Amino acid sequence: MSASVLYDAPGPKARIRNRVYSVIGTLAVIGLIAFVVMRLNDKGQFAPEMWDIFNYAGVRNDIISGLLTTLQVFAVAAVLSLALGVVLAVGRLSDHKWVRLFTTGFIELFRAVPLLITIYALWVLFLTYKNDLGFTGDGTEFWALVVGLTIYNGSVQAEVLRAGINSVPKGQSEAAYALGMRKTQVMVTILIPQGVRAMLPTIISQLVVTLKDTSLGYVITYQELLYKVQHIAEVTVVNDESPYVQVIIVGGVIYVALCMALSALATWIERRGRRAKTGIAVAPAEQPVAAGDALDVVDHAEVAGPVDTSKKN
Amino acid sequence: MRIRKTAAAASVVLALAATAACGGKEGTAGDKPKGGEVVSGKYTVAKDVKLDSSTLKAAQKRGKLIIGAKADQPYLGFEDTTGKRSGFDIEIAKMVAADLGFSEDQIEFKTVDSNVRETSISKGQVDYYVGTYTINDERKKQVGFAGPYYVAGADLLVRHDEKGITGADSVKGKKVCSIVGSTPLQEIKKPKYGAKTTELGKYSLCVKQLLDGQVDAVTTDDAILKGYAAQRPSKLRVVGKPFTEEPYGIGMNKDDKALRDAISDALEKHIKNGDYKKAYEGTLGKSGSAYVAPKTPLPRY
Amino acid sequence: MNLLFDYFPEFRDGFLGTLSLTAASAALALILGIIMAGFRVSPIPPLRAFGTAWVTLLRNTPLTLLFLITFFVMPQILFPGTSPYKLAVGALGCYTSTFICEAVRSGIGTVPIGQAEAARSLGMTFFQTLRMIILPQATRTVIPPLSSIFIALTKNSAIAGAFSVTELFSVSKLLSDKGYPIGWIFLWIAVAYLVITFSISGLFRLLERRMEVSR
Repeated sequence: MSASVLYDAPGPKARIRNRVYSVIGTLAVIGLIAFVVMRLNDKGQFAPEMWDIFNYAGVRNDIISGLLTTLQVFAVAAVLSLALGVVLAVGRLSDHKWVRLFTTGFIELFRAVPLLITIYALWVLFLTYKNDLGFTGDGTEFWALVVGLTIYNGSVQAEVLRAGINSVPKGQSEAAYALGMRKTQVMVTILIPQGVRAMLPTIISQLVVTLKDTSLGYVITYQELLYKVQHIAEVTVVNDESPYVQVIIVGGVIYVALCMALSALATWIERRGRRAKTGIAVAPAEQPVAAGDALDVVDHAEVAGPVDTSKKN
Repeated sequence: MRIRKTAAAASVVLALAATAACGGKEGTAGDKPKGGEVVSGKYTVAKDVKLDSSTLKAAQKRGKLIIGAKADQPYLGFEDTTGKRSGFDIEIAKMVAADLGFSEDQIEFKTVDSNVRETSISKGQVDYYVGTYTINDERKKQVGFAGPYYVAGADLLVRHDEKGITGADSVKGKKVCSIVGSTPLQEIKKPKYGAKTTELGKYSLCVKQLLDGQVDAVTTDDAILKGYAAQRPSKLRVVGKPFTEEPYGIGMNKDDKALRDAISDALEKHIKNGDYKKAYEGTLGKSGSAYVAPKTPLPRY
Repeated sequence: MNLLFDYFPEFRDGFLGTLSLTAASAALALILGIIMAGFRVSPIPPLRAFGTAWVTLLRNTPLTLLFLITFFVMPQILFPGTSPYKLAVGALGCYTSTFICEAVRSGIGTVPIGQAEAARSLGMTFFQTLRMIILPQATRTVIPPLSSIFIALTKNSAIAGAFSVTELFSVSKLLSDKGYPIGWIFLWIAVAYLVITFSISGLFRLLERRMEVSR
């Protein structure tokens, strides 16, 4: 902390003071944790019987099937949203006015409406036309969730990609045109690869958001991880108490682990990208405002990220 | 540092997967059900059922009947952690399915929570729905009803040591939890009773809030409440003063009159041949609701 | 069109619900976020660790799960009997505070070190430096991301609708359950959200312009 804006390098007195504060701070943090643990213990939440439920095959299978469902939704939604993101980004940079207008409207509409409401509306819509669409079983919820995640995250990814494409130096596309390449060729072989490369950390960070948002399936009663663990709690009675605390802790650990693994990947790519000397800055891996506007975060990440000039008008 | 974090995260996931692969204890987790196991009956399946019902034809084509049910109501509609469904509503659903020509293996139960059931039934997510579903005029605008197959009454579930709440007239200013849009909730909100309400998506969430002291009472039909009280006799009790009548019906597509009539016929048949009583005593009866013979013939419309 | 007029009271309540939920949790998030940012830049390791843990854990938890925690774990730790509205504000506030914390922290990071060094060599105390040199400059970089954070908060508040708080999502569910076409409901709800988000970004653009200085 010697090179902080806020503090000078501490002298001998400050060092002692800091040490005293450290002790007090440690005690405060430990005290807080101890308070939480004690309160939960008072309510019998750490009784072995309460945790024994995880030793049952049925409970484990529920958690595993929930986890697999969550990952499945995430995988499909991730692939589709990236595909949609590319299409929308290209559409928004199109030379044709009506294409630009349409994609801009689409992106702005679905970024403005909460994902939950989009998913709910899609679910009702899919249920209404279920027979025409040929959905069976859990298909309606699955597709409502996947399509909702795709539309929303696709819109956000489109903006991220657009910022990436705009960060490619103009000379690159000019050189490509001078070589006689066509518009599509320039986009596909020159701009998109470099744009993706520049924005890869942000793209992955948005994927973390996608992963977290799969839990919205809970509200439309889709049997993903969150719904499953909650169901375990509501049908199990231990010591006349429902094990909500236990399943929430277990479910929470799984979600946090998954998200952190994915975020770590983003940071790793960012660090690798910084080593390469392409002249195009790699965006910071900072997670965009969850369920929020990666675009704006990217726009304002002027410190390290590529500057999106198109939005400054 | 980062890499190490990833490794740690991955190992947690792997460890969980590994333990799961090794299986675990058999049976249901947690306390054993009080008052013995809930029965699960077998019913004779009718053959070659022909009915001018689009719902049934679609079900026959797919070879499966999709029935909506609750999964968190002990003795009524319950699904334990091994995936087994049990309860009075489940038995009723199976009886009707048998008369429509579907055996137990051909039924796919689908959990439909109270807060989304209008959407789910009216849009045909399920072929029919058996889940403590009160027949009322508001709902009849969107859903078709067969029944009533049981008449419950709204009551109050309170903590065992509760003294202040003795009935619906003493909830003024108290916090009462129920489901969004449920009939007892509408009733208890009226100025006559004047309760403060919390509206959640499932009754089990309300029960949890009651146990935690977040709310002072849970209101819904006594049949449901007795199930929860029977699950946790040391902590919860039912006040025992019903203040409404809640006739339970089987919900389905509003326009499918043929299916509605067929389900009504099936219900009447099983009430008469004693299946109904047997199912009742094996399920709801165990939670302390006395048997009352339902009125036949069932109303048709 | 009819739908909006027929159910105007419901739409109004939902709209106001979303507004007040957003405003209350924004206030909480702002306070918590600034405190946590203070922790994260402080020279005291345990507080730094606490701030980092707060941000990392909350950020990687789905908001829906956080709602379950505030509704079913918090009453066990603290006193029971809190209203759903306050619990929802708590969940949204804590979640959003992590983003505000990071915005504030990176805002402080953008102030050139020379500025603080100059201030200190002029003999300014810690609080003088903070108040007159660092915060005014940091605020300018923090304002733009705050706008998008609050817009995200507005949208995240929809989840509270599934937990007994009247706001726009619960209204859309209510009307859909009454059998109205979802397309129209969606459209009107979208308009309501657009109104709120545009107001927020407008407000912040105004604020930005006011604080702008030529450098």
